[in-house]
Amino acid sequence: MAFEGLAERLQGTIQKIKGKGKVSEQDVKEMMREVRFALIEADVNLKVVKEFVKKVSERAVGIDVMKSLTPGQQVIKIVQDELTTLMGGEQSPIKFSNRPPTVIMMVGLQGAGKTTTTGKLANVLRKKYNKKPLLVAADVYRPAAVQQLQTLGKQLSLPVFALGTDISPVEIARQAIEHAKEEHHDVVLIDTAGRLHIDEQLMQELKDIRALKEPDEVFLVVDSMTGQDAVNVAQSFNEAVGITGVVLTKLDGDTRGGAALSIRAVTEKPIKFVGMGEKMDALEPFYPDRMASRILGM
Amino acid sequence: ARYRKVDEDFFEELEELLLQADVGFETVMDLMDKLRYEVQRQNIKDTNGIQAIISEKLVEIYESGEENLTGLNMQQNGDLTVILFVGVNGVGKTTTIGKLAHRLKSEGKSVMLAAGDTFRAGAIDQLQVWGERVGVEVIAQSEGSDPAAVMYDAVRAAKNRGVDVLICDTAGRLQNKVNLMNELEKVHRVISREIPNAPHEVLLALDATTGQNALVQAQMFKEATNVTGIVLTKLDGTAKGGIVLAIRNKLHIPVKFVGLGEKMDDLQPFDAERYVYGLFADGLEKELKEIED
Ligand SMILES: Nc1nc2c(ncn2[C@@H]2O[C@H](COP(=O)(O)OP(=O)(O)OP(=O)(O)O)[C@@H](O)[C@H]2O)c(=O)[nH]1
Ligand SMILES: Nc1nc2c(ncn2[C@@H]2O[C@H](COP(=O)(O)OP(=O)(O)OP(=O)(O)O)[C@@H](O)[C@H]2O)c(=O)[nH]1
Ligand SMILES: [K+]
Ligand SMILES: [Mg+2]
Ligand SMILES: [Mg+2]
Repeated sequence: MAFEGLAERLQGTIQKIKGKGKVSEQDVKEMMREVRFALIEADVNLKVVKEFVKKVSERAVGIDVMKSLTPGQQVIKIVQDELTTLMGGEQSPIKFSNRPPTVIMMVGLQGAGKTTTTGKLANVLRKKYNKKPLLVAADVYRPAAVQQLQTLGKQLSLPVFALGTDISPVEIARQAIEHAKEEHHDVVLIDTAGRLHIDEQLMQELKDIRALKEPDEVFLVVDSMTGQDAVNVAQSFNEAVGITGVVLTKLDGDTRGGAALSIRAVTEKPIKFVGMGEKMDALEPFYPDRMASRILGM
Repeated sequence: ARYRKVDEDFFEELEELLLQADVGFETVMDLMDKLRYEVQRQNIKDTNGIQAIISEKLVEIYESGEENLTGLNMQQNGDLTVILFVGVNGVGKTTTIGKLAHRLKSEGKSVMLAAGDTFRAGAIDQLQVWGERVGVEVIAQSEGSDPAAVMYDAVRAAKNRGVDVLICDTAGRLQNKVNLMNELEKVHRVISREIPNAPHEVLLALDATTGQNALVQAQMFKEATNVTGIVLTKLDGTAKGGIVLAIRNKLHIPVKFVGLGEKMDDLQPFDAERYVYGLFADGLEKELKEIED
């Protein structure tokens, strides 16, 4: 049912072309319809799909495809190239402050994977970058959010800064940054509560945390299974708090993950990491070309 | 009211609105065919009254000739009803359990919860906070223990204490993880062994923000645990979760509740007419306004 890859999608059109000597503009149009299908089925946002298909069509109607003996392959290659480019070409590293501590904020919708990713990221920072991170429990709303982060801290043997749930997240973050300076933690990772992008009061809270000390990174944590709404979410968070990068979680599932493209297209912010599991070592750098293949089902 | 012509542009706009609500290609095409036919048959010229027809056709696709199934399968004569929650990570299982417990308790039922997520950090604490909030007992073991053993304990405890409803939490798991799906089957089996016909409801929590993957989720969880209903969570956001139409149409799993927030009473029974209307009505209205301006 769902999730036919682009190659299968194009089969019908390719068969038709095979009998003919060359590819017509009409053939390209038909192929583009399949490309559109495949992308929407992969959860790429409709508006982003439109732009994308337009761009690819322009290239496809050009010289490359029309004369080619394997037009199907050619189209797939163009689509893949353009997708990879759109997704940000190169791997994007973490930005550190030259006046430590580096402050990293984790933001996003409810259940996206912020708390889990906070733990994973701290693990990467210690292991790969030799940092001394401090985890900050600034979610005072979700039941047992503080305990969740504390449990992860214990698993990792890393300190968690927590002041319970009776103090405002802004105050918790402020004291945490002070504490980090005193204790020589060079990175502060702030786990914030999940919130809807349309919740003005809670979005204001993020702005207030942001205003304490200009964060070096604000990571929007996004569930890779997200559908068409990904653009609204990414755009709203970006406009309100100014994200610097994206972490795409739960990519160990079988979703095509078209949200990645949507987010990248509307925010132009790099996807920096992908979550590949629930365990604390399941965070990997993001590779645009792999993601392109995945979205296309190849 | 504002009217406009029902032409190709109109159909295209409607198509786009529904795709943006995650309804999915197949279902949208199905609707467009039905709608075109209806528009011709009734010789409809403008959009006056067309919303009702769109709604009707969408509900028709959703229900696909089956009866409307929104209620819970509750046992009578004081027998224990067991409700099992399943779903992928972070969709809202635990929170929905809290809300449902509150709802059932308000209806005068005695409720008990089983902390079957022994894996995720803080999951047991989270359910316990909900238990306190709602004022119901939570049966739990320590983190890392066997979820099937927790269920066994909980069913025994619920029977002993004569409660009306036992609601069981499970750890979130992605449907492509074979081991974890097997574990879930085992949990299901343990419950059935203690009470024939139980669990009486297996509710799949689906996040309304999810795209087309939700269909695969429903399919795989149904294979593993015979899902009887869906709770569509996080509908208080801007996402619509339109894929539930295809899930009902193809897999015959009805939506039973919708989640509308993080508080105790943010759970409502599913209303198909109201839901499908919400998929497109605002969008159409906006388009009309734009054309007028
Ligand atoms: N399979 C898988 N599960 C993940 C991944 N990242 C997070 N999770 C799971 O997703 C669920 C939600 O993760 P959390 O870290 O609690 O999400 P959150 O964004 O902090 O949630 P709130 O604080 O409630 O908004 C948990 O069950 C995590 O174990 C991932 O990369 N893969
Ligand atoms: N806005 C909104 N948030 C919700 C709703 N239902 C749940 N949430 C939030 O979503 C997040 C995840 O909810 P949980 O109940 O922990 O989800 P879960 O499926 O039990 O997660 P795991 O056990 O980690 O797989 C929490 O922050 C909840 O408060 C809802 O209807 N609306
Ligand atoms: K989610
Ligand atoms: Mg969290
Ligand atoms: Mg849970």
